[in-house]
Amino acid sequence: MAEPISAEAEAAVGPLLPKAPTGIRGLDEITRGGLPYGRSTLVTGGTGSGKTLLGLHFLVAGAREHGEPGVLVTFEESAEKVSANVASLGFDLDELQRDHLLVVHALRVNPSELVETGEFDLEPLFLLLGDTIERIGAKRVMLDTVELLFSAFQEQAIVRAELGRLFRWLEDRAITAIVTGERGDSGLTRHGIEEYVSDCVIVLDHRIHDEISTRRLRVVKYRGSAHETNEYPFLISAHGFVVLPITSVALDYGAPEERISSGVARLDHMLAGGLFRGSTVLVSGTAGTGKTTLGANLINSACARGERALLVLFEESPDQVIRNMLSVGLDLRRWVEAGLLRMWAARPTAFGFEAHLAILARLVEEVTPSVAVLDGLASLAHGPTGPEVTSMVARQIDLFKASGITALATTLAHDETSAAGMSSLVDTWLLLRNVESNGERNRLLFVLKSRGSAHSNQVREFVLTDRGVQLVDVYAGPDGVVTGSARLVQEAQQRRADLQQAEDLSRRRRELRRSIVEGEAKFAVLQDEVAADRAELERIAGREQRQAADAEADRSALASQRWADSAPRDEAPRDAGGQR
Amino acid sequence: MTRARNADAGAKAPAPTSETWELRLYVTGRSPSCLRAIENLRLACEQHLAGRHRIELVDLLENPSRAADDQILAVPTLVRQYPPPIRKIVGDLSDTDRLLAGLQLQTRKGEVM
Repeated sequence: MAEPISAEAEAAVGPLLPKAPTGIRGLDEITRGGLPYGRSTLVTGGTGSGKTLLGLHFLVAGAREHGEPGVLVTFEESAEKVSANVASLGFDLDELQRDHLLVVHALRVNPSELVETGEFDLEPLFLLLGDTIERIGAKRVMLDTVELLFSAFQEQAIVRAELGRLFRWLEDRAITAIVTGERGDSGLTRHGIEEYVSDCVIVLDHRIHDEISTRRLRVVKYRGSAHETNEYPFLISAHGFVVLPITSVALDYGAPEERISSGVARLDHMLAGGLFRGSTVLVSGTAGTGKTTLGANLINSACARGERALLVLFEESPDQVIRNMLSVGLDLRRWVEAGLLRMWAARPTAFGFEAHLAILARLVEEVTPSVAVLDGLASLAHGPTGPEVTSMVARQIDLFKASGITALATTLAHDETSAAGMSSLVDTWLLLRNVESNGERNRLLFVLKSRGSAHSNQVREFVLTDRGVQLVDVYAGPDGVVTGSARLVQEAQQRRADLQQAEDLSRRRRELRRSIVEGEAKFAVLQDEVAADRAELERIAGREQRQAADAEADRSALASQRWADSAPRDEAPRDAGGQR
Repeated sequence: MTRARNADAGAKAPAPTSETWELRLYVTGRSPSCLRAIENLRLACEQHLAGRHRIELVDLLENPSRAADDQILAVPTLVRQYPPPIRKIVGDLSDTDRLLAGLQLQTRKGEVM
């Protein structure tokens, strides 16, 4: 990340040095305002590294926006060729020349038709410059490529002396100049121009790694001014020259509490309520696991809320994705037509990493999406892998985070480790995996991590239907999780088992009920018997009493006949009581 | 300079053509190297192109934009306008051999001197 430069340090040196804005987005940020005003800046780089364009951008911005007319002296091309070359970038040099805001002088020297004999000087160049500067009131000058003078003349000592004089001459006239030089093997320039231009040196680099070109810019030196020293990617596009000081983005973005839906209700549930707004989601998985579909769902839910979304496709064309998503019930076209969704597709090999980054930055600026999906990040990794990819992804993520954009990136990964380098960059990592069993492949979804949020540890089967994405519970069997038709079989078995159990229970219930009924019936019979016994017993007792009374009566009658006393009368009731 | 001045019998040297040579010398005012170039050219022409040359002096101080029009970066610059092809000789023309070679006046080595 960028070295921290405190605001105090900037304030201390900033106002002292007047600056000339280059009009190049990013470069003015890196240099804290532009090139040193009234001084010369050396821009050096290899062939085709964009030196001329940088200088032209500087001249055009000066002429158009800052009221500073400019002079271009080119030793390389004809004036017509320069105009034609930059017309494609939206610079109309002819118009500026008609308005006397810009003058292009082409001074070409063909060493083969030139013979040197004796002393000479480059006074015509001075005269021409002086005349033109005076005529249009020029404040900016570009000399492109001054190093060609060394090959034009054999007397290098004279060229050196004259160049030294030229830079002093420009400085005396308070001209802000850009001098371009060819990158040399040993030094910054082939002929050591940096000796003369000591105020500001910018190096452009154009590296080709595995057939993908990457342009970078670095401010090597800036006397008397704070400046960023990192290498910055830059882009030459239809909008001109753009430098991306993205690595200067600090880790100071906010962390909203708000959750937004991933577009898949069950997944929201697994993530304890959805994705944090502004968080970054990585979806990794093998081919055909539904990564794009997950991204499309996120976009669909965002657009349905009326938010803008950006879909960057590295593998498919927009039409293809629209068609494919229709098959799972997602109509993305209506969002495109409603102006909510912007789709942008490019082969990763079409541009360098940095160009991708630059384009992305511009898309973010144009679309101002709340949700961005990068589909097929792994395609970027074709060829150069490792730190470069990670660095680029980090910058993309920084870009999104700084803008508060919820981002979802999909990447092709065969296992957890192959995307591990990106893990620390993302907040939520979803892993999609194909599981092959019973002659079929089925998709599984895991939440590998989700920062700052509870999340389910469950594996879900990820089913794509014509009505959308569904997450389904998986069955853990003896051979691992069961998915697909095996899951259906399992479900059927489960249903059967459930049915069986229900039947068992109802049978048992019936048995018990019957048993109760039987028991109650027995109980009633027993009660009847008891009642019968009791009745019999009472009947017996009654009969006994009656017999005793009869016997008493008989005994009384007999006694009265015999004149007996009444003593034995107590025995009869005592016997009757004992029986009860 | 001395060599040019000491050259004798040089007038006999054959020229590639008998037509008039058109030479143009670009200078910036009266700088020392320009003055030397004027003198050296005059001597060389007297010796090798006597009577069949025309010298045009262009002072860029008076018309700086001609530097761009005529693609003149350095002074003094001598341009052979005719006969074709156009040849440019940069410097104060102090080296007569190189001057003659540059003008392609020296058809065979030693013949001129």
